[in-house]
Amino acid sequence: MPITPYHYLVLAAALFTIGVIGVMVRRNIIILFMSIELMLNAVNLNLVAFSRLYGHVVGQVFALFIVAVAAAEAAVGLGILLAFYRNKETLNVDEVNLLRG
Amino acid sequence: MTALVWLLPAFPAAGAALNGVFGIRWFNRTVTAAVACLSMLASLALAIVAAVNVARVPLARTVVLGDWIPAIPAVTSNGHLPFHVAWTLLMDPLAAVMTLVVTGIGLLIHVYATAYMREESRGSYARFFCYMNLFCAFMLLLVLGGNFLVLFVGWEGVGLCSYLLIGFWYQKTSAVDAGRKAFIVNRIGDWGFVLGIMAAFLAFGTLDLQGVAAAAGHWPIERAQFGGLSIICLLLFVGAAGKSAQIPLYVWLPDAMEGPTPVSALIHAATMVTAGVYIVARNAVLFSHAPLVLAIIAIVGALTALMAASIAVVQTDIKRVLAYSTISQLGLMFLAAGVGAVSAAVFHLVTHAFFKALLFLGSGVVIHALAGEQDMRRMGGLKRYLPLTFVTMVIGALAIAGAPPLAGFFSKDEILLQAFGRNRALWALGSLTSLLTAFYMFRLIALTFYGPYKGDAAREPHDARGAMAVPLMFLAIGTIVVGFIGIPRTLGGANAIEHFLAPSFTETRPASVAIIAGQPDPPGTAERVAEARAELARDRAAHRAAFPVTEVTQERAWALMLLSALIAATGLAGAWRFYVTHPDVPRRAAERSSALHALLVNDYYVDDLYHATIVRGTFAAAREFWRVDLRVIDAFVNAWGIGTRVLAWISHIVDKLGVDGAVNATGWTAGEGSFLVRRGQTGLVQNYALLILVGVCAFLTLYMLAPGLELMRDLFAARQ
Amino acid sequence: MAHLLSLILFTPLAGATLLLFVPRAQEQAIRWMAAIVATLGFVVSLPLWFKYDFGATGWQFAERAEWIPSIGASYYLGVDGYSALLVLLTTLIGAIAVLCSWSAITERVKEYYVSLLVLQTGLLGAFMALDFLLFFLFWEVMLVPMYFLIGIWGGGRRLYSAIKFFLYTLVGSVVMLLGILALYFVNHTATGSYSFDVTQMQQLAIPFALQKWIFLALFFGFAIKVPMFPFHTWLPDAHTDAPTAGSVILAAIMLKMGTYGFVRFSLPILPDASRYFVPLVAALSIVGIVYGALVALAQTDWKRLVAYSSVSHMGMVMLGIFALTPIGLTGALLQQINHGISTGALFLIVGIVYERRQTREIAEYGGLSKAMPVFAAVFLIMTLSSIGLPALNGFIGELLILQGVYIVHPIWAGAGAVGIVLGAAYMLWLFQRTMFGALDRQENASMADLGLREIVTFAPLIALAIWIGIYPSPFIRRLEGTVTRVTARVSPGALPAVAGVPPGAAPALNETGAGTGFTPPLASCDSAPSAPTSAAPGAPPNFVTMASCGDAPAKPAPNAAPQPAPHTPPKKPGGR
Repeated sequence: MPITPYHYLVLAAALFTIGVIGVMVRRNIIILFMSIELMLNAVNLNLVAFSRLYGHVVGQVFALFIVAVAAAEAAVGLGILLAFYRNKETLNVDEVNLLRG
Repeated sequence: MTALVWLLPAFPAAGAALNGVFGIRWFNRTVTAAVACLSMLASLALAIVAAVNVARVPLARTVVLGDWIPAIPAVTSNGHLPFHVAWTLLMDPLAAVMTLVVTGIGLLIHVYATAYMREESRGSYARFFCYMNLFCAFMLLLVLGGNFLVLFVGWEGVGLCSYLLIGFWYQKTSAVDAGRKAFIVNRIGDWGFVLGIMAAFLAFGTLDLQGVAAAAGHWPIERAQFGGLSIICLLLFVGAAGKSAQIPLYVWLPDAMEGPTPVSALIHAATMVTAGVYIVARNAVLFSHAPLVLAIIAIVGALTALMAASIAVVQTDIKRVLAYSTISQLGLMFLAAGVGAVSAAVFHLVTHAFFKALLFLGSGVVIHALAGEQDMRRMGGLKRYLPLTFVTMVIGALAIAGAPPLAGFFSKDEILLQAFGRNRALWALGSLTSLLTAFYMFRLIALTFYGPYKGDAAREPHDARGAMAVPLMFLAIGTIVVGFIGIPRTLGGANAIEHFLAPSFTETRPASVAIIAGQPDPPGTAERVAEARAELARDRAAHRAAFPVTEVTQERAWALMLLSALIAATGLAGAWRFYVTHPDVPRRAAERSSALHALLVNDYYVDDLYHATIVRGTFAAAREFWRVDLRVIDAFVNAWGIGTRVLAWISHIVDKLGVDGAVNATGWTAGEGSFLVRRGQTGLVQNYALLILVGVCAFLTLYMLAPGLELMRDLFAARQ
Repeated sequence: MAHLLSLILFTPLAGATLLLFVPRAQEQAIRWMAAIVATLGFVVSLPLWFKYDFGATGWQFAERAEWIPSIGASYYLGVDGYSALLVLLTTLIGAIAVLCSWSAITERVKEYYVSLLVLQTGLLGAFMALDFLLFFLFWEVMLVPMYFLIGIWGGGRRLYSAIKFFLYTLVGSVVMLLGILALYFVNHTATGSYSFDVTQMQQLAIPFALQKWIFLALFFGFAIKVPMFPFHTWLPDAHTDAPTAGSVILAAIMLKMGTYGFVRFSLPILPDASRYFVPLVAALSIVGIVYGALVALAQTDWKRLVAYSSVSHMGMVMLGIFALTPIGLTGALLQQINHGISTGALFLIVGIVYERRQTREIAEYGGLSKAMPVFAAVFLIMTLSSIGLPALNGFIGELLILQGVYIVHPIWAGAGAVGIVLGAAYMLWLFQRTMFGALDRQENASMADLGLREIVTFAPLIALAIWIGIYPSPFIRRLEGTVTRVTARVSPGALPAVAGVPPGAAPALNETGAGTGFTPPLASCDSAPSAPTSAAPGAPPNFVTMASCGDAPAKPAPNAAPQPAPHTPPKKPGGR
């Protein structure tokens, strides 16, 4: 069977969903970050697929931007994680409720 | 010369001022007495001169001293006339007679009092004579007053002095009470008097006495109905009744005996109480136009005379006997005025002044001699200790009983004669009164001077001496002599007093003249004088016609005179029997008719009746009204206050719970609401992420459904 | 003098301001200053007597200045004979009040005299104001110092009495304000301009129905002040619990505000309503006379007795005013001055014994004549003045009032005259209970007689009492202008006809028949159209422009001799 763009979209959607569920369900912050990365990459995949579909390079360029932003965001997030870990000695995201009202 | 008439009241007034301002502090008794008596002497001299003047020229002279109340527009029965009153004095025959009485008797009593009051402290002595002179000044103002208001000044002034003099010994509660009673009862009479004055102004447009008489002459005589004139006269008589102690306003006079005896003699015998008679006499023309009122006056006078005489029969206090006697004699005077014999009334006024003053002064000597004893039951046998007093008092008693040829005989006989001509019943009442008068008067003499001496044997009572004796003698002589001015025609006399007084009572006034004090007589006075003399001769007939009195025949007159003399003798004999020869008869008579006796002794319970009804009623009303004031009216006012405070409290509650509650509720809602809202802030990232997801999904759903919704809506819209 | 009235008005206020600068501790200095200011105030008001113009028909010593032009309120002062006499009485009594509190007030002396002087200003202003708003201002101004005087320096239930006085009078004033505003708007409707000018309002013709309501509104305010039965219950409490000077001023002056209001405002501005309400007011007055006298008889507190006697006397005054005759009105106006003199003196008398013995119970006294003879003489003279003994001032007033009432309604005069009997009853009984009888208490025997300062406070009152009693002519002649003017407005038939005026002119411009109540039938002078505002806004309206039928008739010249008794021709006896 030829590989159509729909295959890519479905794959991207599946990856994205897995990432969303991971963000919402998993308690470990590092897993959380990994899920966020997964979501971002699913979006990348989507963008590239559409770029190939429509034949211009905008999607790919945008994907590269997202890769850079993801990297920066991962760096900052890991920095926050380290600061949090030093204070609270745990990686359970349920413990991050200092902004509780 | 006539303009000096204002000096008549001025002399005693000056004496009063001197004694009042300086005498109480600095004069000794001699100086005080001299000031008082000399001022009276000066007035007497002037009065004699004035009387002589008036006798020669019977002209009524009005002297204007100055303006009093300036003209104020008013609407009267005669249209628009100003209410304008000046200080005017009127000198005419009636005024001359009255001033002679006041100054003459007044001087004698002043002289007497200088000795009688000697035991008073120096300050009180001066105060006494100040009041006495003041009284004489006001009394002269009363009799000389040229219009009703000046007369009223004197009228109230003598009331004031009476109050002050009755309550002279003011530490004695009974005296002060008596003074107050006198003033208030007089005031009740004044209520009528003032209304009468105002009615007179409304009717005549003037208050000038001459003017009123002249105006009244034009009014019809109100024989059948009670018209305006009758109302005026009735109101004036109410005032007269108050002042002259007639029914029903006589109750103050017996109590007034609380004052010193000279006061009783002067005020309550000779002068002040005669003011009422003077009023009727002065307004003779006015009263003659209201026969109904004259009838009332006559009846009231007769009844008062009889009633007072009957009470006097059982009195035990010597002064009270004389007081009731005065009331009785005043009743006779009013009887005379009521039947139209006005000059007879004035004649009796003059003679009564003499013998009543004499009797009072004599009783004063008795009281003085017995060191203040006034109860006749403790007197007796004073004939040999007080011979002068005895003689003079017997003369006085004979006079009042009507024994000829003393003064009382002629005056009382004249009255009874005129009454006989008018109404037999009134004559009978008068005669009965005379009988009783003779009886009680000689009862007084008998109880006082006859019988065993009941006083202190060691302390011999001494007779009147010096200043107390001389007035007694003068008054006794006067009592004998003064009757001769009124010897009636039937006895061959000229009835001088009636003719002398005639011009004052005639409706057709002889020309009168108004003189401004300080200015020369107006031109034409001499002509007026001549005219007046001529007119007087013409007027004698007019006078007799003005007071239609039935002419009694000569025989009848003699018969009546004889009857009067007999009555006097009977009374004397009766008293002699009851009190000298058979002294236990009165006691047995009293026991047998104890009810009657009690009735008389308690003066017909009139005083008690007044006290129970009027006095207690007034005070009860006063207290009730005060209670109403506090409990009802003030309660209403306070209720407003309380009501306002209740309203304020309600407002406060509404404010606290309602308005403030609403404000607080808002805050509370906000506070409680925030608790609810806070629960959404878990602080957990994953919750937030979930919320984001849910929101996005919702938006996507809506976005995707929107065309479908529109489609469905269009379908629906198209379907109908 | 151009600004005499302002000078009189502000002298006490200036004095009060000066007093504020004196240190509180210098009590003697304060007393002297207050005394000097008060005496100066009296002296300054004397030109009102000596420079009074008998021939003038309008307002004298008038001054006018703009105050609040946007609503038409101006600073307009002026007097006629009546208010001139009242102003003189006020300044005299004010001086006497200051003198009599010399030794009676010992705490907060400064505030006391300041209050007294401010009160004086309020009183003077109310009598002089010819602008309604200005009048109302001064009317309210005098409430506050009086409240303080009673509440701080009084005795007994002083707070209750002060609040009662204040609120009661204030309620009346507020209702009166409604009436004033109604007149303000009526004035605008009639003349087209907004103005509070009283002299203008006195020439308006107001519809009868409206007049009735405005009269009732004003009546409420004035009747409480008079005080008329049954609005009188504030008076006994206020009088009794006030300090002596407060009582004197309250009785002598403040009560006259009510009657002044009637004569100055109600009667001239609302003549038809005045005529209409005569029976009601007369009934209340007669009840006041008798009721006040009877309740006075039942009193055991000396001051309260005198207070109730005031109710009785003011009832007599109101009866005289509402007889609507020249005689009655003259008597009523004169009697106000007389009442000020005699009742002021009576309160001074109570103050003297109160100062010595701190009690007002009559039963505590007795036999004082022996201990204080001069005081007894003064008390006697003032008692006699109060009960209307002839040759003293009270008689003239009462006689004229009763005569005026008798002319229109004899029964009312008879009922009112009962007051003279009851007056004698309670006053003589008071005199007897306190002055006569045995002097059996040591505290009474050791009471000091009148001192020089106290004699000075009485002397002018005694002199005036005798003067007015014997020679009231200067006072009555000064009242003529007011009497003529008011009578012309309210019952022109009572005045002699003036040339050029048809007698019995039919009343016009009233919706219902005006002139109800009593004979003689009255011609209303309201037929003339209301005078337009004068051209020059600054000049006071000339009174002569009023409808000519209301103008003062030719007054009889002060004559020296009355007509002599007419010389009647001899009359035949048969003519009877």
